[in-house]
Amino acid sequence: METATAPVEPKTNYLNADYGIKSWLLTTDHKRIALLYLISITVFFFVGGFFAMLIRLELLTPAGDLVLADTYNKLFTMHGIVMIFLFLIPSVPAVLGNFLVPMMVGAKDLAFPKLNLASWYIFITGASLIFYAILTGGVDTGWTFYTPFATTFSNTNVVTAAIGVFIVGFSSIFTGLNIIVTVHRMRAPGMTWRRLPLFIWSNYAASVIMVLGTPVLAITLVLVALERLFHLGIFDARLGGDPLLFQHLFWFYSHPAVYIMILPGMGVVSEVIPCFSRKRIFGYNFVAISSIAIAVLGFLVWAHHMFVAGISTYAALIFSILSFFVAIPSAVKVFNWTATLYKGSITLETPMLYAFAFIGLFTMGGLTGLFLASVGIDLHVTDTYFIVAHFHYIMVGGMTTAYLGGLHFWWPKITGKMYPESFSKLSAVLVFVGFNLTFFPQFLLGYLGMPRRYHAYPPEFQVLNVLSTAGASILAVGFLMPMIYFAWSLQYGKDAGPNPFRAAGLEWMTSSPPPTFNFDETPVVTWEAYNYDQIDAPNEGVKVAG
Amino acid sequence: MPDSETVSNNLKHHFANLEQQTATSKFGMWLFLATEVMFFGGMFVSYLVYRLSYYNAWVAGSQTMEITLGATNTAVLICSSLTMVMAVHFAKLGKRKLTAIFLIATLVLGMTFLGIKGVEYYKHWVHHEVPGPNFHFEHEGNFDPRHVSIFFTLYFAMTGMHALHMVIGVGLLSWLLILNALERFSAEYNSPVEIVGLYWHFVDVIWIYLFPLLYLISHRHTG
Ligand SMILES: [Cu+2]
Repeated sequence: METATAPVEPKTNYLNADYGIKSWLLTTDHKRIALLYLISITVFFFVGGFFAMLIRLELLTPAGDLVLADTYNKLFTMHGIVMIFLFLIPSVPAVLGNFLVPMMVGAKDLAFPKLNLASWYIFITGASLIFYAILTGGVDTGWTFYTPFATTFSNTNVVTAAIGVFIVGFSSIFTGLNIIVTVHRMRAPGMTWRRLPLFIWSNYAASVIMVLGTPVLAITLVLVALERLFHLGIFDARLGGDPLLFQHLFWFYSHPAVYIMILPGMGVVSEVIPCFSRKRIFGYNFVAISSIAIAVLGFLVWAHHMFVAGISTYAALIFSILSFFVAIPSAVKVFNWTATLYKGSITLETPMLYAFAFIGLFTMGGLTGLFLASVGIDLHVTDTYFIVAHFHYIMVGGMTTAYLGGLHFWWPKITGKMYPESFSKLSAVLVFVGFNLTFFPQFLLGYLGMPRRYHAYPPEFQVLNVLSTAGASILAVGFLMPMIYFAWSLQYGKDAGPNPFRAAGLEWMTSSPPPTFNFDETPVVTWEAYNYDQIDAPNEGVKVAG
Repeated sequence: MPDSETVSNNLKHHFANLEQQTATSKFGMWLFLATEVMFFGGMFVSYLVYRLSYYNAWVAGSQTMEITLGATNTAVLICSSLTMVMAVHFAKLGKRKLTAIFLIATLVLGMTFLGIKGVEYYKHWVHHEVPGPNFHFEHEGNFDPRHVSIFFTLYFAMTGMHALHMVIGVGLLSWLLILNALERFSAEYNSPVEIVGLYWHFVDVIWIYLFPLLYLISHRHTG
């Protein structure tokens, strides 16, 4: 591994170009906005994690002895709302996507820099409302806001929280819109669609979902708020409304939202695997198209969340089959990543460890998803810990792992500093071990019939719950460590140089941290993506800076 | 100010040239309109579901609509689309006065629409047709008045969201008028007019769907 040892000549970059709070809060630089998002969602992640810890502590013993049943309902609701809307949805697109998309396509900024800044303010406004709802009594509907409970029976701050989520949705729409337009219109000369890094393809696909799915959630939440505030009958069966309509509209967004969360993570893995295997990605076209296929198919499977809700058998059958189809493009990706490894010169840097963790955990999550897509098994395990384990394998095991991997991969680019390699490897291992210990027992619990969303449970489930809580504490250490050594690296980290990993991609061909307009001159692209053969060729290492 | 100056003043740093900038902002607006389609789509789907289930109540609700006012408003909006097209046309020719005249015409037509809509809302209020505690519907026929309440809920949600978009459109038109008066546009640089135009037409098109769906379900007085 080669790192630049000579001190980088003092150069103006996006971090030292301007100082003062105003230069940050009024910035239109996509890189600074990415950092604003990074700081905000890190705070939100730990708030959501705090709720998770309380949940796991309550479940340490069978009796409901730590918190009241009502408090427990609020805890899992707020854990879900904060983690999904304030962390997972914006994580890769708004932080890494914001930072990297313009650089990867060779642009000076996103297409609409002011809209980008506005999206952060909208995000913070919505988040503030959600926190106001939390601090003034919380919400207890579950993150799903199911009617008629949410509109008629719950005595908690449903409307405030729903408006908060509504507002946050617009920040996600604007981020998606910015990414799509940037990819279409801002590419550097020579950067054809088939030369785009796969990170771009997957963020593009996720953006399509953000732009087309989020507004449906928005209008659904408006209708929920109207029904609750004015006692109108839209979803309340007593007033002639149809609660199933709510579920259809909600899951029309919230199933594809899973792909808003996982697709950008897949993009990270598609960058990391070729870099640390020193190989071109296997089957570029298939990986690229599979992202689009996932986005499209993702819109056609929502009712698999409603198999027990009273939809017709035929509808259930169709949605079951369509849900199986999503496995195909997902498997294409996993196979292609694995094939990329074949005969590669693999090194196990931290980002690569996270990428491996992603592949393993995502595969587990995906395969158990197939269990749930089968109506028969789904009927058995609906609303049990099997579901909880399944989606945490996708969201935490998959997405959060990929996000951390991406953060470790591009941290030297973002800050110009290296983090300590041994600690970061340890954190990756702790996350993987802690995660499996937390959530694998939940598969067993679910299969044995422990229902989700209860604060007490029969004593025979205790052993597995203790294992799960123990795993959660290991996981917490794994998540806290990067906080400490990333902060440490800002002050004491070695200078990274432009390209510490000898990675391919335009973002590595400019200094670290990059200058305000990313490149000293607009790059002209004449090579294919992932040209590791050229980078590593002894005499032709010209496609890489530093 | 000279035309070339409007170009250099308005070309943002991250674009290579004005063509790229204009194409980018137009594309952005089209994409935004796609999100708008999905936003209204949620309500159209709800409309469809309940109309299929509660057809008789839907007819009864629809028959309380004043078709004259609705039709007038439809005509007003179609005219406003025409004036908007003219405003874009003259903006592209760099004719500031004519641009201003047609922008003002569009603005006035938009306000007229909102005024008529307000009259309709007022009448519904007086007739206790606004869903909520004051809702009261003469029960005559083979339907449940609660289902008429759902009709009116969706009526107010859909036309209300549409009216909100109109209000935003009126704001955008005023902003264009200010920029136009400040001589910010020229034959070279006029993309804001074009983009607001796209938005305005979209809002009109939404109404073109809302009018028949809400006002014209059935003329037969089946009772
Ligand atoms: Cu799903």
